[in-house]
Amino acid sequence: MPGKQSTVLDARSLDRTLRRMADEIVELNDGTDDLIIVGIQRRGVQLAARLVSTIAEREGASVPQGALDITLYRDDLQTVGPRPVVGPTSIPVDIDGRRVVIVDDVLYTGRTVRAALDELADFGRPKRIALAVLIDRGGRELPIQPDIVGKRIETAPGQRVDVLVEELDQRDAVILSDREETA
Amino acid sequence: MSAALAPLGKDLLGLEPLTGEQITLILDTAEPFKEISERAIKKVPTLRGATIVNLFFEASTRTRISFEFAEKRLSADTVNVGSTGSSVQKGETLVDTARNLEAMRIDMVVIRHSASGAAQFLAHRIESNVINAGDGTHEHPTQGLLDLLTLRDHFGRIGGLKVCIVGDVLHSRVARSNLWGLKKLGAEVAVCGPRSLLPNAVDELGVVVFDRIDDAIAWADALNILRLQLERMTAGYIPSLREYNRVFGVSRERLDRAKRDVLILHPGPMNRGVEIDSDVADGPFSVILDQVTNGVAVRMAVLYLLSGGKPELAEAAKGGVSR
Repeated sequence: MPGKQSTVLDARSLDRTLRRMADEIVELNDGTDDLIIVGIQRRGVQLAARLVSTIAEREGASVPQGALDITLYRDDLQTVGPRPVVGPTSIPVDIDGRRVVIVDDVLYTGRTVRAALDELADFGRPKRIALAVLIDRGGRELPIQPDIVGKRIETAPGQRVDVLVEELDQRDAVILSDREETA
Repeated sequence: MSAALAPLGKDLLGLEPLTGEQITLILDTAEPFKEISERAIKKVPTLRGATIVNLFFEASTRTRISFEFAEKRLSADTVNVGSTGSSVQKGETLVDTARNLEAMRIDMVVIRHSASGAAQFLAHRIESNVINAGDGTHEHPTQGLLDLLTLRDHFGRIGGLKVCIVGDVLHSRVARSNLWGLKKLGAEVAVCGPRSLLPNAVDELGVVVFDRIDDAIAWADALNILRLQLERMTAGYIPSLREYNRVFGVSRERLDRAKRDVLILHPGPMNRGVEIDSDVADGPFSVILDQVTNGVAVRMAVLYLLSGGKPELAEAAKGGVSR
């Protein structure tokens, strides 16, 4: 059972934040040429889709969208016991020389992003890779920093941040809970 | 957060001991592995540092190469041991061979052996994970799995499908693994072949039996056509290859007469003009090469699922993986 909960972002503020992030992605890359937006499974994929559609609305440009599942690149595979479920990876275009924006829901230790960088390197050599995260909760264990952040929050190690998206969770919200739930 | 998978156990010896859920888990896990073989760099670091020995005591091209690709695409280190040119030829027993390999700190063994039960015998005696790559006339589980995956790709489901296994069911480990896998996933299974090449108690297997190939074609959604091992003829099971082709060979003409699409599978290697005609093997309903492609993905899935972490550390990871 989760302990005390608080809402970090509700549906409206989450939407507003994503729109700002979409603008920042376009600004950072001087437009949408050669851009590809890649979401990390799972909720990064839904966030990436929304960023892509916001960019389409505002810029009239359709940016290709990819998905990465980093499970097979994790640095803790030898210790996690039962094998985690592997989701689909799809990179629809050649990323050589392109500008890639990796999208994830929560940035914490940085280990997921490390794995994503390794996986992307197996697909090609982009001109630039940027990182956009909805929530940066601190607590980095690797020298990795985001380029675009939806919201920064202070958290303690025992706490847990959940990003909920309509497509998977029936509502949009970001929730901070006190106790880490055991899976 | 990653959901934990129900474990398969230490070894993959056959499909008979598995539940339908476990089989579905392997098929689901194989899906994302298909994509890796389409990449420019066909490799993920998942089994980095793991050592796998392919112990092939019986001739095999497709299965051995498929396993080797699966292992290499997961970054495992592999060693191939055959029966010729190894100490097996000098009379070393199976257990001694395996124990010596294990003393060199290996993690997994893939074994192909002419004796039914060889994989299980080994699995009970060594710590490493054992994967059965075909043991005598017992089972060939990864072939069964890749057949199931190919059927599921095409029809979108296994439950309710009508699948007929054609040919030498008596001597076929492929037939047995298919039979178990298909039944556990809710397919209807039939066999068709000369009575001399069907098991004695075939009626007790809970399958439909067809004596005429035309009846099988009229009934089935898919035919899995087994290779007729040519030595069966000299052993007197069938009168002649021509006779076999005339009575049980799957031809274009026969399929056309059925006026419905029947998917064609074959585990290979094919005897064209014996159990299957060329225009069927290369025809529009043949998924024989898809089977080969799926073989690598299914074997990657099995290696990944069996390679699990150390159980004593699993508890610590239970709270979910920190990101």
